[in-house]
Amino acid sequence: MTGPQLQHVDLDLKGSGHLELNEAETGVHGFWIFLMSDAMVFALLFAVYGTQVAATAGAPGPQAEFKLGSAFIETLILLTSSLTFGLASITMKYDRSCTKLVALLCLTLVLGIAFLGFELNDFATMFSDNATPDRSGFLSVFFALVPTHGLHVTAGCLWILVMLVQIAIFGTDARVKLNLLKLGLFWHFLDIIWIAIFSVVYLQGKLG
Amino acid sequence: MSGDSLWYLLLGRLDAKSLPFVRAWENPNISEIIGAFAGALVVIGAIALVAVLTWKRWWRPLFLEWLTSLDHKKIGIMYIALAGVMFTRALIEAVLMRTQQSLAVNAPGIVGPEHFAQLFSTHGSIMIFFMAMPFLTGLINYVVPLQIGARDVAFPLLNSISLMLTAGGAGLVMVSLAIGEFSTGGWSGYPPYTETAYQPGVGPDYWIWAITLSSIGTTLSGLNFASTIYKKRCPGMHLMRMPLFCWTTLCTAILMIFAMPPLTVATALLALDRYLGFHFFTNDLGGNMMNYVNLFWLFGHPEVYIVILPSFGIYSEVVSAFSSKELYGYTSLVIATMVIALLSFTVWVHHFFTMGQSPDINSYFGIATMLIGVPTGVKVYDWIWTMFRGKLRFTPPMLFSVAFIITFVLGGFSGILLAIPPIDFVVHNTVFLVAHFHNVLIPGTLYGLIAGYQYWFPKAFGFRLSEGWGKISFVCWVVGFYLAFMPLYVLGLGGMPRRSQALFEPDYWPWLLVAEIGAFILLAGLVTLFVQLWVSVRDRESNRVPVGDPWDARSLEWSVSAPPPEYNFATIPHVSGRDTFFLRKVHDGAYKPAHHYRGIEMPKNSWVGPLVGLGSAICAFGLVWHIWWMAGLGFAGIWVPVIARSFVRDTHRWIPAAEVEVADRHWLDLAHATHPVPRELEESHVNRGLAEIIPAEVAA
Repeated sequence: MTGPQLQHVDLDLKGSGHLELNEAETGVHGFWIFLMSDAMVFALLFAVYGTQVAATAGAPGPQAEFKLGSAFIETLILLTSSLTFGLASITMKYDRSCTKLVALLCLTLVLGIAFLGFELNDFATMFSDNATPDRSGFLSVFFALVPTHGLHVTAGCLWILVMLVQIAIFGTDARVKLNLLKLGLFWHFLDIIWIAIFSVVYLQGKLG
Repeated sequence: MSGDSLWYLLLGRLDAKSLPFVRAWENPNISEIIGAFAGALVVIGAIALVAVLTWKRWWRPLFLEWLTSLDHKKIGIMYIALAGVMFTRALIEAVLMRTQQSLAVNAPGIVGPEHFAQLFSTHGSIMIFFMAMPFLTGLINYVVPLQIGARDVAFPLLNSISLMLTAGGAGLVMVSLAIGEFSTGGWSGYPPYTETAYQPGVGPDYWIWAITLSSIGTTLSGLNFASTIYKKRCPGMHLMRMPLFCWTTLCTAILMIFAMPPLTVATALLALDRYLGFHFFTNDLGGNMMNYVNLFWLFGHPEVYIVILPSFGIYSEVVSAFSSKELYGYTSLVIATMVIALLSFTVWVHHFFTMGQSPDINSYFGIATMLIGVPTGVKVYDWIWTMFRGKLRFTPPMLFSVAFIITFVLGGFSGILLAIPPIDFVVHNTVFLVAHFHNVLIPGTLYGLIAGYQYWFPKAFGFRLSEGWGKISFVCWVVGFYLAFMPLYVLGLGGMPRRSQALFEPDYWPWLLVAEIGAFILLAGLVTLFVQLWVSVRDRESNRVPVGDPWDARSLEWSVSAPPPEYNFATIPHVSGRDTFFLRKVHDGAYKPAHHYRGIEMPKNSWVGPLVGLGSAICAFGLVWHIWWMAGLGFAGIWVPVIARSFVRDTHRWIPAAEVEVADRHWLDLAHATHPVPRELEESHVNRGLAEIIPAEVAA
């Protein structure tokens, strides 16, 4: 081994003065646990969704309200953003300059915002159909589960913004690298959750 | 803009009637006056605190040395101080409830129905979330890093944030005494009763946000403890060499990580119902309150083990130390702890056998519940075998441990009864249940926490607590418990419903009177604990144990001075077996200087924790009263410091090797100059924290 490395994630912390390797290890470990706890939140929301999907109480149901086309576009956008973040992680490891990293992060940010735009547009359409959460158990749980993911994506976008500022100030010092690593985990985690939402909520609602 | 809407914009739902003093003025009955008195106590207490801090010039040290500290030991102590304050309030409420019931047999008593409902709601919520949880989190914080040979927890700043979130929640419950009212929905807050349709006021909102803050704080604590134990153990400290308290902490941490999210989800969905008109748990439009009940107990049952397992760990440490013996059946205790943690996720339905599942489902959950008795039984035998032929010393921690074994087994038996669905159908919602869960939680959690407090106090502060007062307190806690709760078994079998403000069966009265006497003796137990603290602080010079091992104990936390240095260990210890400090003592390896001292890097203090706590409390208060600008301000108050902190690079400070060496050699000189104390004299002032080693134990 040539220098400090987080082996399991291949994060090169070479030349980083003030961040100990085991501190980085512990940090990543803790973040995985956080994701596990957050996954519990989503698992439970999915469970509640399962019990209340039929409780439409005379209000518009999944068939009437879901637009598969738009959900599919959202899926593609979010998956692409995961790809761009993955490329950013590789760039962070191998490239010395920050330019490409910043460009990829900006691209990810734009895709994240585009995703949110499409999603908000979906919600607005539903609201204009009078499909609001105060009308039925189904709409309540829909507007709890899907926007919770959306809020996570929003938080992720803000986090990318903060990281862009940090790169501008600190360059890619060890702490920035470590934060980007955690942010990457978070971003990919949201992708996995979205795939579950697309399958359980949209596909099941429209085709099931 | 009209005056009303301006008022709403600025102060939301707050008005003069929100103040209990105004309510008592307008409607001066005894119940309202008690409420106003309690509110006044909070206000006077706050003013007195500010006055004392100002008079003693303690503001600077309070903030600079304590509230902003990231030292796990100080955070632990602050957690326990918080628990002590909340404990006092919740126990007084318990006495008030017992008084009400003993007076209210065919009579109105002293507190009205709404007030009584608030009392049992706050009593339960506080005892679980703001007494038991902070107390055990505090002990874990203090002890675990020392036991595993670490300098701090994995994430010191997160630790401070957890503490401050919990404190914010506790503050909210206290504020509800003086401004507004608390929920009347019990500690479990079942909808639809806690929905806006039935409780439009602020009560359930106080409950929701106080619990949510505690829940998030606890999730973060769990994460922190798990990472600490997995990643921060010193060289040689294999998992199976950890003291048992670390094992129970690990299981508790895992439970926190997985069991707190259901609570957060439950309270968040209830908040959506109340604030935005969603229909999760309402009676109409597709709401289903069973979802809440399942979510709540999916948290609630593991929670039982979150609060009990750490105490099991404490008993293991205490019994072993005061028997002067290795813990019997270490491996079986570890396995039993893990099994309990696992099974705790499979039994939640036994909290609502009567709510409409099929008999098959009830049978499954009944059997799963009884299964938990097996690993618990294993533990009880292990503790008894640890004592067998040991050199027993009945110090207060040991007395609490012995009382626990006997009393907890009784509570376990009534639990096995309740695990049988047909029996549960008969006694559910009676005080039989109340007797049962107090019968497991008081010995199972509280005795352990008190034992742990007395056991580790000399380590934390450098002087012993008065054993005499400890024993008086012990008698109060045990006698008080039996008098207060055994009658409830009888009353429950006699059909007395729980949470009753008024009763109409004259035959209940003698039993209620006994329970009332018991409640006062329990209160005396708490008072004597405070007296013990006061007496011990007063006499601290004659009770000092600076060498740090007053009980001839076995694990690493006793191998350093009392109180330990900020960095815990001058050099990180290397461990070659279980009970490592004990091995060192008998092989003459303890109290040796290091070959080479190095400088130590420790985290600097940070204001982020207190600011996050303050922001969360302000945000929650704004949400409770619909003061939206305040909620937004508080929310910003949480995140601005967190984001700003991520830009700070200078987070550590360096303690030079020379300073470490001087402190360590000073302590070692003291240890060499100290006369070792034999076990018979450990409760006397001769005990300076250096244990006499009996060579015969090497053979054993």
